[in-house]
Amino acid sequence: MSFEPITIITSKVVKLQVDNIDTDRIIPARFLKSVDSSGFGKNLFHDWRYRPDGSPDPEFVLNKPEGQGQILLTGKNFGCGSSREHAAWALYQYGFRVIISSGFADIFRTNALNNGLLPLEVGADTLALLMDMHQANPSAPWTVDLQSQQLTADRQLQTAFDINPFRKHCLITGSDVIDYLASLKPQILEYETNHPIK
Amino acid sequence: MKSKTLFDKLWDQHEVLSLEDGSSVIYIDRHFIHEVTSPQAFAGLEKRGLPFFRPDQAIATMDHNIPTTGQANPVMGAESGLQVSRLRENCAKHGIALFGMTHPMNGIVHVIGPELGLTRPGMTIVCGDSHTSTHGAFGTIAFGIGTSEVEMVMASQCLLQRRPKTMRINIGGKLSVGVTAKDLILYLISKLGTGAGTGYFIEFAGEAIRLLSMEGRMTVCNMAIEMGARGGLVAPDEVTFNYLIHREFSPSGEQWEQALSGWKLLKSDDDVVFDREETFDASDVAPMITWGTNPGAGIPITGTIPDNDLKALAYMGWNGGEKIMDQKIDYVFVGSCTNGRIEDLREFASYVQGHKKADGVTAWIVPGSKKVELQAREEGIEEILNEAGFELREPGCSACLAMNDDKIPAGKYCISTSNRNFEGRQGPGARTLLASPLTAAAAALTGRISDPRRSVIPTKFGTPSPTTKGDE
Repeated sequence: MSFEPITIITSKVVKLQVDNIDTDRIIPARFLKSVDSSGFGKNLFHDWRYRPDGSPDPEFVLNKPEGQGQILLTGKNFGCGSSREHAAWALYQYGFRVIISSGFADIFRTNALNNGLLPLEVGADTLALLMDMHQANPSAPWTVDLQSQQLTADRQLQTAFDINPFRKHCLITGSDVIDYLASLKPQILEYETNHPIK
Repeated sequence: MKSKTLFDKLWDQHEVLSLEDGSSVIYIDRHFIHEVTSPQAFAGLEKRGLPFFRPDQAIATMDHNIPTTGQANPVMGAESGLQVSRLRENCAKHGIALFGMTHPMNGIVHVIGPELGLTRPGMTIVCGDSHTSTHGAFGTIAFGIGTSEVEMVMASQCLLQRRPKTMRINIGGKLSVGVTAKDLILYLISKLGTGAGTGYFIEFAGEAIRLLSMEGRMTVCNMAIEMGARGGLVAPDEVTFNYLIHREFSPSGEQWEQALSGWKLLKSDDDVVFDREETFDASDVAPMITWGTNPGAGIPITGTIPDNDLKALAYMGWNGGEKIMDQKIDYVFVGSCTNGRIEDLREFASYVQGHKKADGVTAWIVPGSKKVELQAREEGIEEILNEAGFELREPGCSACLAMNDDKIPAGKYCISTSNRNFEGRQGPGARTLLASPLTAAAAALTGRISDPRRSVIPTKFGTPSPTTKGDE
C-alpha cells in the first residue's frame, strides 16, 4: 500500500497498557471480508471500542479525548497471532504512524514496516518508564525522529531506537520492497537455473 | 565445513542474495493462496503493471470464509461471495490452479498442501496465513506472511527477510496413552510462553517427535506460531517418506528415488549449536486444556484455574482457584488446520463410538478437506458420528476464526481443537477452550470438561494413542 513518508512525528500519545495484543483484537476476522485495502480504521480494536449494540464504549481509550494521536504506546508482544495485514492497515488508517512496545510479533513487525507504520521497540524497563511518564502527563506531545532514530518523551527522556537501514530508507522515502525485488529479475533467473525444484 | 542446523542449510540453499545488513533475498518454492489475504495483492500487482512471475508454483484454495454446509449452492454474505469470486477471476486471469468449493482437492490450505504431496521436504513455502508453519513438519522452511509479502512473491517469487535465530526443542520419552500431539504443543507453549519464539525458527526433535505420525507433527508445527516463532520444523524421516509416497503431486518412479536421496540428507549436523535449546520429557505431559485468552494458558486437565489474570478470568466468566474439570461447556468444535485431519476424526470417532452426545451440547465436526470428508465417509467414521448424535460438515476453516456463520455465541463455552483462544476469536464474546480431539470427545459426551483418560476404550480403530502411525 502506498503511505506517507515518515520523518519527524510530534504528537500526543495514546496509551493502551495491555500485553500480548493479538491481531484478532486489533481487527476481528469478520471485518476482513473486503477486496480493498481501505476502510479498516473504523473497525480498529472493534470489540473493545464498541459495545455489542454498536455504540461506542466510553471506557475504551479510543473513545476518550486522549484517544487521538499518531503514537500508540502499548504492552509487550504486540501484534501476535494471525498474519492479517489488515491489522497494520487499520492502525494506519485510524491515524497511527508509530507503535511503541517492548516487543512485536515477527509477522506484524514486517506488515507494519510495509505500510508506513514504525514499530518502535524499547527495552522493558524503558517501556515501564514511558508508561509512568504518560500517566503523569497524558497530553504531553512526544517526538519520534526517524532520521536520527531518537524518541523524545515529554521533553524529558530521550532514547535511541534501532531500525534496519533499508527499512528506514523505505519509511523516509515512502517506497516499498516490491519494486526492489522485481528489479532483481536477472539474479532470480540465474538462481532458478541453478536450483531446480525437487 | 562448519556445522549447520537443518534450518540454516535450507536457508542457505534458498538465498538468492545476501545483503550487507544481514538480510537475505530468499527464493520461495511454493506459494499457497486463499481468498481472504490475496485480493489486495493481486490488485497491487496489476496496479504496478507487473506480471505474476511464477504461476506454476502457486496453488489456490477457498477455505477461510466459506460455509461448511450446502457448498454446492453456497449461501454467503455479499462480501464473502465477492472474495470467492474475485479469487476465481484472479486465478483464471493469471493461470493459477484453484481448488474451489466442492472441488475434490479443496480444503484448508495447510491440510491440502501435505495431503496432495505439494508440500515436500527441503522446500520454502509461504502463504498469507500464520499457520503456514504447519508445513514445517515435512522438513521445510514454511511461514506465514502479510498481503504485501504475498504481492512480493507474486511479483518475484522472493522475499526480503532477516535470518531468524535457531531454537531446538528436544522432547525425550513417550507420550502417555490418551495424550496427543495437541497436548504436547499446548504443554510446550504453557512452559515457554507465547512470545518465547519471537525472532526464532524452531526445530522439534527427540524421541517423542520421532514417534509422532506426520499428522501429529503437523499439529505441533502448526502451533509453533503460537509461541511467536516464525515457524517450526521436523527433520524428515521414514515416517515422512511413507506419508508422501503415492500422493497426487508427489514425484514418482525415478524422480521419487532421486528426490528421496536428497531428502534423506536433510537434518541438522550432530555437533551443531543452536542459539537456544530447550529439553522436555514427554511423560510429563497430561491432556491439556486452556483456561484463558491466549494459547499459553494451558493447564493439565486435572489442574486448577489460576487466579492471577483478572482480565482473562472476567472474560472467561471463571473464578480463579477452581478446578477446570467438570466445568460446563456448550459447544464442541473439531476441525481446523491444527486438528482437522483424518487421524483427528478417527480419534474423535473412536472415543464417541457407542455413546451419545450430551444433551444441550452443539457440536460441529468439520473435516479439513474434501479428501478427509470422503475418507471419513469411506472408513465408517461418519456413520459412527451419526449414531452418536454428531454430523460431519463440509471442509473449511469454520469456527476456528468464525469468518463464516460458524460462530460461537457470546458467553458460551466452546471446547475447540483449533489453535487460538483469543478474546472474540470464535465470535464476539465467545469463550474458547483449546484441547485435543480426544478431550473434545470426552466433553462432548458429558457436556462438561472431562479427562479423556478415564475411559479410553479400544475400538475398531485401535486404542486411541499418540503413537498410532501411518495413515491410509
